[in-house]
Amino acid sequence: MSAVTESTSWRRVLSPTGNTGDAVFRSLMFLVALFMVGIVVAMVLTLAADSMLSIRLFGFSFLKSQQWNPIQGDFGALPFIYGTVASSLIALVISVPFSLGIAIFLVEQAPHYIARPVGFLVELLAAIPSVVYGLWGIFVLAPVLRQYVQPALANWLGWIPLFRGSITGIGLLTGGIILAIMITPIISAVVRDVLTAVPGTQREAALALGATKWEMIRVVLVNGAPGIAGAVILGLGRALGETMAVTMVIGNRPEISLALFDPSYTIASAIANEFTEATGDLHLSALVELGLILFLVTFVVNGIARVLVWNVTRKSGGVGRAA
Amino acid sequence: MTNYSNSDRMRRASSAVMTSLTALCTFLAVGALLVILFYIAWQGIGSLSLQFLTDSPRPVGEGGGIGNAILGSLVLLLISSVFGLPIGICVGVYLSEVGRGRLAGVVRFIVDTLTGIPSIVTGVFVYAILVLPMRHFSAFAGGVALALIMVPIVARTTEEMLKLVPHSLREGALALGAPQWRMTLGVIIPAAAPGIATGAMLAIARVSGETAPLLFTAFGSRFFPTSLNEPIASLTVQIYNYAISPYDEWHAQAWAATLVLMTLVLGINIIVRFLTRRRF
Repeated sequence: MSAVTESTSWRRVLSPTGNTGDAVFRSLMFLVALFMVGIVVAMVLTLAADSMLSIRLFGFSFLKSQQWNPIQGDFGALPFIYGTVASSLIALVISVPFSLGIAIFLVEQAPHYIARPVGFLVELLAAIPSVVYGLWGIFVLAPVLRQYVQPALANWLGWIPLFRGSITGIGLLTGGIILAIMITPIISAVVRDVLTAVPGTQREAALALGATKWEMIRVVLVNGAPGIAGAVILGLGRALGETMAVTMVIGNRPEISLALFDPSYTIASAIANEFTEATGDLHLSALVELGLILFLVTFVVNGIARVLVWNVTRKSGGVGRAA
Repeated sequence: MTNYSNSDRMRRASSAVMTSLTALCTFLAVGALLVILFYIAWQGIGSLSLQFLTDSPRPVGEGGGIGNAILGSLVLLLISSVFGLPIGICVGVYLSEVGRGRLAGVVRFIVDTLTGIPSIVTGVFVYAILVLPMRHFSAFAGGVALALIMVPIVARTTEEMLKLVPHSLREGALALGAPQWRMTLGVIIPAAAPGIATGAMLAIARVSGETAPLLFTAFGSRFFPTSLNEPIASLTVQIYNYAISPYDEWHAQAWAATLVLMTLVLGINIIVRFLTRRRF
């Protein structure tokens, strides 16, 4: 206990009790928190500053240009934006039905003694490092796609422009499939939280009115729709920023092609591949500008996701899951 | 089956179909996990040996190993934990115990933002602020990049664990005359310590699998680490380099290195799950 408790103004401000130890403790914690805020602000400023060279030279045409020519110093982000968005969309299309199915099974159908270990196993999919997925993609998934899946798709569905391109097993489709496997545990984990947060009274009401199991589940899904949307968007945010697994299986060719079997290039892959070998300041600045674009896009996407998911899980008092 | 109309039977049938589909989805997901894990074990076990685990890389055809990469990963984990864990825990304590109103909202928003930043962007940032001024890659820069990824994870779990401590403990400490810092350090944190420790372990497991931020901070090396100011090898970057090489021998080494990495990552995850199991 401090012997002299005269209210020195700075002590009162820092701590409601006027205790010196409290003032020191609270200001120390505050400074650390402020430091982290400063780091993130510094991150944005650094990215902006280092891409200034490229921004000043290209302006908005950077976003529309399809040229990526380090030798002539002409850079454009469109192929990478296309690759990033396309691979993430493919991943969502494949992953969302599976993730929903998994979450519904674990929350509504499985008995406790199955749900807990199986849920743990699904979450383990999220613990596998990205580079391991890439390794598995190169040596297991790509050959399977090349030998069985892609020829079959080209045979049966080749009249659709999507299912054409070079059948090498490496390309946009492979990248999308790997991403789908990687984001499934995240989406299903958040949807599980969302479904658990739906009040039991809704289920009981549906069943009391004579609904079958699936009809009751549909009621629950409608209830949790905003949260499910948030989970999907969270998965999208994760897929947009994924680097290593995609770099290893997407082919890394900066060209826009509608054919899913053709190679593509994402923003993160471009940075990973070319950063250490960038020829000149303009090249490096263009890569940093790509990083800035990726940062802003994932920032917005994650922000939307968080708003949707928080509203659903905080209401019921559940703790939000770390993304 | 008396007097059921056709529409009733349709509804039952579609319900049965859909519920089996969800079970199928789960079965496929678990199956995918097991396939991946068994494949890693099957491919990797062939190249594992004591020599592999202790040697440094050699040119193709001469064997070599991942000893320096394992050591490098441990060094990077150590550096990132030294920076990341204290800062993360302090931020968590701030958000849970100290923060008030608007300011705490801003901090929480920033921490959430940091969670969602792609790790390659973190690597670019650390490159700009550490590697460029120092004019060389370093283990230190790699550790800082990993710490930046670690902080938001640790902060989040610390905050959640601290919030789970019952209010009666706080009220008891305050009623006995403890100032807030004494209450937090002496009562609340020890009470939440197991949760905070598991959060730290999960963050370490997550960070040990990161590759992208290391690509241009720690960069990679073929030698055993001698100083923190030099580039350093790591398990993940080594796997990446071997995987995209054209040599079968290096591919086999990549699988074996993956087996080592997966043992570490899965081991931590399973231990954490075991420690946090409910005993009801």
